[in-house]
Amino acid sequence: MTSTTPNAAMLRPQDAGADARVEDTAKAKRVKRRLTSRTATIASLIIAVLWTLPTFGLFVSSFRPRDQILENGWWTIFANPGFTLANYQEVLLSASASSPQLGAYFANSLSIAIPATVFPLVLAAMAAYAFAWVPFKGSSTLFIVIFALQIVPLQMALIPLLQMFTQFLQPAQEAVSDTLPFIPTSNFLQIWIAHTIFALPLAIFLLHNFIAEIPGEVIEAARVDGASHSQVFWRIIIPLALPALASFAIFQFLWVWNDLLVALIFSGGTEEAAPLTQRLAELTGSRGQEWQRLTAAAFVSLAIPLIVFFSLQRYFVRGLLAGSTKG
Amino acid sequence: MKTRFRRRLVAPFAAAGVIGLALAGCTGDIAAEQAEDVDCSDYEQYGSFDGAEVSVQGTIVEVEADRLIASFAPFEQCTGVTVDYQGTQEFEANIEVLAQGGNAPDLGIFPQPGLFQRLARGGFFVEAPADVESNVDEFWSEDWKAYGTVDGTFYGAPLMASIKGYVWYSPSEFEENGWEVPTTLEELDALSAQIAEESGHLPWCVGLGSDAATGWPGTDWVEDMVLRLHGPDVYDQWVNHEIPFNDPRIVEAFDAVGNYLKNDEYVNGGHGDVQSQLSVPFGEGGLPILDGECSLHHQASFYEGFWPEGTEIAEDGDIWAFITPPAAADDPLAVTGGGEIVGAFADREEVQAFQTYLSSDLWANNRVAEGGVISANSGLDPSVASSELLSQSIEILQNPETTFRFDGSDLMPGAVGADSFWTGIIDWISGDSTQEVVDAIEASWPAS
Amino acid sequence: MTTADLIDKIVQVVLGIAVFIAVIGLIMFLVDRAPKKARDFVQLIAFLAPALILLAIGLIYPAARTTLLAFTNNAGQWIGLDNFVWMFTQPDALITLRNTLIWVVLVPVLSTVIGLAYAVFIDKSRGEKYFKALVFMPMAISFVGASIIWRFVYEFRQAGDPQIGLLNQVVTLFGGEPQRWLQEPPINTFLLIIVMIWIQTGFAMVVLSASIKGIPTEQIEAAQLDGTNAWQRFRNVTLPGIRGSLVVVITTISIATLKVFDIVRTMTAGNFETSVIANEMYTQAFRAGEPGRGSALAVVLFLMVLPIVIYNVRILRQQKEIR
Repeated sequence: MTSTTPNAAMLRPQDAGADARVEDTAKAKRVKRRLTSRTATIASLIIAVLWTLPTFGLFVSSFRPRDQILENGWWTIFANPGFTLANYQEVLLSASASSPQLGAYFANSLSIAIPATVFPLVLAAMAAYAFAWVPFKGSSTLFIVIFALQIVPLQMALIPLLQMFTQFLQPAQEAVSDTLPFIPTSNFLQIWIAHTIFALPLAIFLLHNFIAEIPGEVIEAARVDGASHSQVFWRIIIPLALPALASFAIFQFLWVWNDLLVALIFSGGTEEAAPLTQRLAELTGSRGQEWQRLTAAAFVSLAIPLIVFFSLQRYFVRGLLAGSTKG
Repeated sequence: MKTRFRRRLVAPFAAAGVIGLALAGCTGDIAAEQAEDVDCSDYEQYGSFDGAEVSVQGTIVEVEADRLIASFAPFEQCTGVTVDYQGTQEFEANIEVLAQGGNAPDLGIFPQPGLFQRLARGGFFVEAPADVESNVDEFWSEDWKAYGTVDGTFYGAPLMASIKGYVWYSPSEFEENGWEVPTTLEELDALSAQIAEESGHLPWCVGLGSDAATGWPGTDWVEDMVLRLHGPDVYDQWVNHEIPFNDPRIVEAFDAVGNYLKNDEYVNGGHGDVQSQLSVPFGEGGLPILDGECSLHHQASFYEGFWPEGTEIAEDGDIWAFITPPAAADDPLAVTGGGEIVGAFADREEVQAFQTYLSSDLWANNRVAEGGVISANSGLDPSVASSELLSQSIEILQNPETTFRFDGSDLMPGAVGADSFWTGIIDWISGDSTQEVVDAIEASWPAS
Repeated sequence: MTTADLIDKIVQVVLGIAVFIAVIGLIMFLVDRAPKKARDFVQLIAFLAPALILLAIGLIYPAARTTLLAFTNNAGQWIGLDNFVWMFTQPDALITLRNTLIWVVLVPVLSTVIGLAYAVFIDKSRGEKYFKALVFMPMAISFVGASIIWRFVYEFRQAGDPQIGLLNQVVTLFGGEPQRWLQEPPINTFLLIIVMIWIQTGFAMVVLSASIKGIPTEQIEAAQLDGTNAWQRFRNVTLPGIRGSLVVVITTISIATLKVFDIVRTMTAGNFETSVIANEMYTQAFRAGEPGRGSALAVVLFLMVLPIVIYNVRILRQQKEIR
C-alpha cells in the first residue's frame, strides 16, 4: 500500500541543512547521518512519485485519442503511439450558442474567486485576533462553536441563505442601482457573500492558531504604549501574520476555483456568472458520452491554481507560524 | 516589507487575470447573430414583447442545448422576447433549492414527472395558461397530458420524447445467419438461445454503468417487462404504489429480465461475465455488436447517437433496432419512453406566450427539424426527423393504437426511482435474489 | 462575451473590493474614536461582529433549520423520530456507519503522518518548492477531477486483454488476476480512502511544513550539540514545536472527511458497500427528494463531530493555561 513506506521511513527524519552547520561531529556519526539522509531522500522520492503518477497518467491520456485510452494503458504510449490535441481543442475552443467561449468562463471564475478569497481572509483575521488577544467572557465557547460550524454541510445551508438573499439583498441591490444608475447590479455579490460565509469557520480556526502564537510581549508592549486594538491589528498582527494569510489565501482560492454548487445556486440563473467548472462539467455531453474531454479539462482548470500556488510559495516557506520572530 | 508583500500578493492574481483576459481576447466577440428570414405571420398570435426576457433552465447541454436554442430563434425574432437558456446536469438537484429559495427561473424543463409533481404539490408552479392547455388537448394524448397534471390541475405541457425498449442489432449479421426479428417475447428468448448456440459469442451485451445513476438501464428492462407481461393497468398501479413493489407480478417481470441479465449464457458479450454489466458504462454497452462479439443490445432511441461516426443506421445498414416485442403477437403495441415537461414559476405575459409556443406543433416541427430528437406532438410531421429511426419512432408515438407509458422510475418518488430501484438492480445483478431486492425496494417507499 | 461584458465584470470586482475596503476602513476609523469608556467593548464588537453576523445568517440558522427538518417528512409534517428509525433500520445502515468510522480514522491519521514525514524529509532540500508542488497538486484538482484520475487507476479489463488501469497492470505484472477493484468489498472502501488521503496529504504537508520552519533554529542546534540523533530531535524538538498545527491539521481533515461525498458519489455512488453518511445525506436530500431523511443524516454528522470538538476544547484550555 502507498502508506507503509513513508511510515517506516519517518522514523529517521533528517535535517540536511543543520547537518552542514554542525562541523564538530564525529566522522562515524556523519556517515551514519548521510545514510539516514539517503533513506529520507528515497522515501520522499517514493512519496513524490506515488503522488504524481496518477495525475501523470491522466496527463498522458489527455493527449491520446478516445479509442486508444480505452484499449491500452497510457504507459504503452511508445508502443502504441497516438497523439492528438483534439481533446484540448474541444475544451478550449468549442463555442456554441448555449456555451460561449471559454474566455468568458475564465473571466467569471476569476471574478468570483478573487473577492471570495479577499473577503473571508480579512474578516477571519479580524475575528481570529479578537479571539486570541481580546479577552472577553465566553470567548472560548464562542470560538468552539464557530470552529464546530465547519461540520454544517454546505448543501443544507443553501436554501435558507438563498431565501434571505431573495428577500433582502436583491431588493436592496435593485434599490441601489435604481437610485445610482452608474452602479451595476452585481451578479457576483451573492456568490461572494456565500463563499465568504462558508469559508469563515475554517479560516478563523486556522488563523487563530497562528495569531495566538505570536509572542504576547510584542502585543502587550504596544498596548502599554497606548495603541488601540485596531492599531495593533493593522501594525503588528497583519504584518506578522502575512505568511499565514497568504497560505490561507491559496487554499481558499483553490476551493472557490473548484466550486460549482455555490456558483450555480447563487448566480441567479444567468450565464453571465457561470464559472469555468460549469463549462467543464457540461463538456461531457448530455449523457456523459464525451467523458474523454474531461482529461483535458482537468488540466486546463488546473493551470490557474498552480500559477497562484507557485507565486505564493515563498509564504508557505516562511509559513503559518514563522512570522513571529522575523516580522 | 509591506509594499513588497503587496506587490507579490497582487502579482499572481494579476497574472491569473491576464491569462483570463488573454483567453477572452483571443476568442473575441461573438459575431452579431445572423438574422434569418422568418415568416412572422405564424408567430403573430403570440404577441409582441420588445425587450422582455424569459429565463429557462434544464438538464439539456452541449449540442442538444444548441439545437434547443436554435428552435427558440424564430419566436425570439418575431416577438422580441429574449430567451435565456441555462443548462446544467445539476438542474434536477438544484431546482428544488432554487424554488424554495425564491430564485427559480421562469421556466424549468423537467425530465422526471416525479420531480415535476413534487414541485407542483409544493406550490411552486403557476397553473398553465388556457392556450397551453388547449394546445395539449389538441396535440397530445390523454396519457401525456396526465404527466403535467397534478391533483386535477394542469401545470405544464410535454416537450420532447424518446422511446425506450429498442433492441439494437446488426441487420447484416441477422441476414447471414438467417435470424428473424422476433415478434413475441418467447421468440426473443428463442432467438437469444439460438444465437448463443450458433454464433460462438454471447447474444446480449449490456452496460448498466452510469456513475451515481448506475443501474438505471436495468430499470428500463423491468419496466418493459411489466408493461408487456401485465399490461398498462398493472403498470400504472405499480408506479403509483397501488400494488406493492414486491407484488408477485413484479417479481415475475424481474425474473423475466433475469432470464437475460442474470444468465451467464446470454450476457455479457464483448465485456465479460454477468458482473461486468455493472462496470461497463451504458454508452459503451452496445458497441461490441460492431465487432461481432454480441448481437443484441437493449437501449432507448437516443442510443442512435452513441454509435461511432460512420455507422450506418438503417434497416439494411450496419445497425438497426426493433422494439422489444409484446408477450403475444396480437397484443396491442405498448412502449415505454421518456420525455420532458415544462413547468412555469412565473406567469408574466411573455412567459405564457413562450410556454404556449413550446406546446405548439410549430415548435415541435422547428425543434425536430434541428435533429436528434422526437416529440409526441401529433402536429409533428414525421418526415422532418433527422433519421429513419426517429421518423419511425414519431410514427409509433403518434399512432393512436400505441399504448405509451412513461419510464416508471421517473414517475416513482425519488427515494425509489432515483435511489433504491437503481441500487436494487445493482444488488440483484451482484447476486441477491429477486424477492430480497423487491422487498428492500418496497421497504424504501416513502410513507407519505 | 464582448469586451463590454469583460469591462463590466472588472468594474464589478474592483467596485466590490473597493466597497469592502471602505466599509472595513470606516469601522476601524470609527472604533478608534469611540468614547473612551466603552472603547474596548466597541472594538471587540467591531472585530467580531462582521464574521459573527455572517455566520449566524449563513450557518447557525441553517444548522438549526436542518435539525428541525430532521423530524419532518417530505410533506413537512412532524413525524418525530421516524427518520432516525428509518436511518438505522435500513439494510445497509450499519455498513454505512462502519465505513464512515473507517474513513474518519484512517484519512486524518495517514494524511497527517505522510504529510508530516514528507515535510520533514524535504525540509531545506534542493528543489523543495517543486517537491512540494507535486504533493500539493492533488489539492488543486477538484474532487471530481480526482475521481476521474483514480477511476483510471482502478479500471478493470478482463484477464488476457491489455489492462488500462495502473493497479491491475501492476497486479497482472506479478502474475495476479485482474480485479474489479471498486466492486469488491471491503477493499473498495480502502481504495476510495486512498483517494481522499492523496488529496489531503497536500494540505497537511503545506501547513506542517510552514510550522516546522517556525521552530527556532537555536533549539535544534542546541539539541544537536547535546548529541541527540535525528529521531530524538524530531521527538523532543520538532513535535512539541508543531503541536498546535498538528491539532489544527488533524481536526480540519477529520471534519472534511466526515463531510466528503463527492469521491464516493463519482466513483461508486455508494454501491458495493462503500457508502458513507455524507453520501446518503446528499442522495436523500437532493436526489430522492427526502429532505427530512437527509437532515436526519446531517444531524448524525453533527453528533459525530462532538468528540473532535471536545478534544479541541481541552487543547484550548491547555493553551490558555500555558499563557
